[in-house]
Formats: sequence, structure tokens, C-alpha cells
Amino acid sequence: MSEIDNNQSGDTRRDFLKKTSLFTALSLTPLTVLKAADNKVDERFAELFEKIPLNLKVNNKPYVLKVEPRVTLLDLLREQLHLTGTKKGCDHGQCGACTVHVDGERVNSCLSLAVMNEGKSITTIEGLAKGDELHPMQAAFIKHDGFQCGYCTPGQIMSGIACIREGHANSKEEIREYMSGNICRCGAYPNIVDAIQEVKEKGATI
Amino acid sequence: MINFQYLRTSVVKTALNLLAKDPKATFIAGGTNLVDLMKRGVTAPEKLIDINHLPLKQIELKNNVLRIGALTSNSALAENAIVKEKFPLLMLALQSGASAQLRNVATVGGNMMQRTRCGYFYDTTMPCNKRQPGSGCGAIGGYNRMHAIFGTSEACIAVHPSDMCVGLVALEAQVVIASTKGERKINFIDFHRLAGTTPEKDNNLQKGELIVRLEIPLNNLNKNFHYLKVRDRSSYAFALVSVAAALELKDGVISNVRLAMGGVAHKPWRLTASENFLKGKQATIANFEAAAKLAMNGAKGFGENDFKLKLAPNTIIEALTVAKAKA
Repeated sequence: MSEIDNNQSGDTRRDFLKKTSLFTALSLTPLTVLKAADNKVDERFAELFEKIPLNLKVNNKPYVLKVEPRVTLLDLLREQLHLTGTKKGCDHGQCGACTVHVDGERVNSCLSLAVMNEGKSITTIEGLAKGDELHPMQAAFIKHDGFQCGYCTPGQIMSGIACIREGHANSKEEIREYMSGNICRCGAYPNIVDAIQEVKEKGATI
Repeated sequence: MINFQYLRTSVVKTALNLLAKDPKATFIAGGTNLVDLMKRGVTAPEKLIDINHLPLKQIELKNNVLRIGALTSNSALAENAIVKEKFPLLMLALQSGASAQLRNVATVGGNMMQRTRCGYFYDTTMPCNKRQPGSGCGAIGGYNRMHAIFGTSEACIAVHPSDMCVGLVALEAQVVIASTKGERKINFIDFHRLAGTTPEKDNNLQKGELIVRLEIPLNNLNKNFHYLKVRDRSSYAFALVSVAAALELKDGVISNVRLAMGGVAHKPWRLTASENFLKGKQATIANFEAAAKLAMNGAKGFGENDFKLKLAPNTIIEALTVAKAKA
């Protein structure tokens, strides 16, 4: 088990700003409000500062964390676990850049509250390669030039793997339909479809 | 996102009790619509009760009725063997909605509870009677290309965006709803509401109630069926117009027919007059055209969406034509 707070040798600028603003908010909040037990409204206000325990696995590594309820799985991965391979595109479930696997199924991590993933196993783009050996889908994207700027690529790759596992990669047409939740503004779609189709046709377990 | 309290339970009774005693609490299932609305500041619940662990995920065929737990995911339902064989119209409707990622998370109950909405509802700087009753409707006289042509009111012309719900209306599903007082059952068509003077209410679920399951009676509509969704891109876009069509044919004569439309009203829109017209008639293009014309009685455009007045009947005719040609 790893305590994520112990993982950091030093705070990033982003962490520093977050912590100082939280301390400011706390210092401005009268102690009576934070401790209030009788008044329902005050009780709620105090609870807003509460973090909720969260146990999950990310890329087979167990984590014991505490998060605010409003933190999305995407923000947890990027800002607390520093797994920045998963990208924030639209942040509203429309582009697919944030696609990860939760218990093997592809989801938009931007629309998933982290606390709702208690006990689940998350796989991100960082969890695909075995050491220096790329995952077959990663290798196929390079071979077929399945990207230009690369920003949507982690989401495309996670989604492409799931597309094959779900059994929805039997033709170019079907791949396009079942990859429609992943937008590529550079327009690398034909090469993305080629990459997925090749991995599917090679038939390896992925 | 404004912070909130988060509670979780795996017991239906506990979930109902938690909701009953707190008027500011809201259930969250897949959250694909709710979290998005919270991020945009359109809604800000003070307490979320996570119901994903309630035992409401079973799909079973019992006494000629398909029972679908409300927490079944959209993808699990679309991939279910019974649904594929007995209710392929529902499968098509489900596959037409959202993206693979969203369907993996979105639940059946959540799909029903997603807000009837438009861009003005989402934009908190604009007037919207649904978001803020009394503030006016930005879409009437504004950008209204996606908007309703049936059952509109002066208060709201937004459409319910679900495809699944259009299929369920055509299949005459029923909704089983639980509260601390017990269970009640209503027809699916009566679940969603027209905007009228209360556009803030999308449906008839009362405070303190939980959708627990759907029931669909077995039928013979699994041979000649089609779900046709017309949209701006070929996948992952809301419908401009969609049509669920199913026919039961005996020697070319229509013995049973179901027709419902999406993208045209504040709720899934059933074409009862067209169905009544087609029953007992030959399945011919001429009759399909007459039925489509009947369906358009009372339709009204708002400017940018006037094209739907032509697109809608054409989509009905095409859906019926494809349905007839199957089998």
C-alpha cells in the first residue's frame, strides 16, 4: 500500500497553490462553524471540508487515498497521482481524451467522481507497456501514424483496446462507429482505424 | 464544481429513507449527465446519494415480461442476448445513443432521468425557464435548430435527447417506481412530461421516488423493425429527428404497428394517429406516406428548425420502408 502523500519529494506549484488557498479558506472560517453540531447548515458547511477515504488500484498498484467528493477520476489521476498521460480535453464527456479502463471497461474519467470508484481497478495509458516493450496497440499507432499532435492519442489507444475486447472491431465501419466517442482534431481517423484493425486481425490477446 | 456531501448505500430501503428525509439530496447513478451539469453550475445538489451499489442490475424474462433493473448499464442492456433476440429495436436505439464510453456508465434509469435540455439550459448566462423558472426562453426567437416541433409551449421548446426512451415508448414499456410508501407502476409514455407552464419538471417522478426497473411485455415486433436516427454526423450526435418503427405483417397486411419519434418534443413522441391509420392496411409506400402526413398534424417550426417539418415525415417513411424490407 502506498500513501500518495509520501510519494512526493516536493510540491508542484499547482499543489502549493491548492494547499495555500485551502488554508486561507480554513483560516477565514470561524472554528465555531467547523465544529458546530447542532445547526444543520453549519454541520454541512463543516463537512464540506471533509475528504473521503478511497481505496483503488491504478495500473495494478494499490492506493489508499483521501479525496473531496467533487474530485473527478481524471483530476485524481492527473493532479494527485501525477499520471498525466490521461488527457483533459473538453472535460465534459464529449471528446474521449480522458478515456481510461475501469474494471476493464472504457469510461470517460472526466465524468466519473473519484469516490464512486471505491475498490475498482483503473488502467491508464501508463499501465499498458511492459517495461520498454510497447503494448501492441501503442506499436500499431506508431506504425500507422495514428496521430499528429498526439493529445487525443492516450484516449484513442485506451478506447481502441476496449473496442477490440468488446468485439466491435470487425470492420472499418464498425470500428468507426464504436470509436466515435474519441475525437481527433488533427483528423488522423483513417490511420487510427488502420491501427485498430491491424491489432484486431493479428488476433493477439490484448 | 461546488462541493457536496457524498453518501453511499447498497440497500434500496436505506437509499429511499436517505432521500425522503433530505429535500436537498439527489441520487447519482452513472452521473454522465448530472456531473456534467454540476461542472457547468446548472445544478448544485448539496448531497449526492450514490445508488450504484443497489441490487438493481438484473435482466430477466419472466412470465412473458422482460424485467430490466434500473441500474443496468446502457451497454449491458444493448449486449444482452434476450434483448438482441426479442427486442432488437431497443438494441438499435441503445446503440444509436451517446458513445461507447458513456453507454458503459450510463444506466437505464439515468438515461430516463437525463435532463430535457438545450444550449440555453446549459448556458447559465442566458435566460431559460427550465433552469430558472420565469427567466424566459432563449430558444424561442434564438438559436433553435435542434428544438421541438410537437407539444411545445411558450415556456420551453427543448427536446428530450434519449434514443433508448424512444424505443421503450414504441415497445410499450412500463416503469416500476419505489418510495418509502411502496411501489407504483406507470406506462413509459406517461413518465416524461411536456413543458407546459412547468418546464422545470421533465418527468412525473415525485420527490423521494426511485426508478427500480422497467418491464416490457413480449411481442412479435422483432422481425420488421428499424431505428432511424438522422443527425449532423453519422455517430455520437443528438438526433435532429429519430424514428422507432416496428411492424407485424401478415400477408402484406399490417396487423400491429408501433411508431415513436425522438428529437421532436419535450418527451419521446408516440405517433398514435399514424399507428391507428396503418393497422389493417397494406404495407405500401402510399400508406406509409399517408401515415407520415397524419403524424405531422399540429407540428410547428420555430424558424431554424423548420426543416424538421419536412425531415420528420421523410424519416417516418424511410424507417417504415426499411422495417418492411427486413426479415
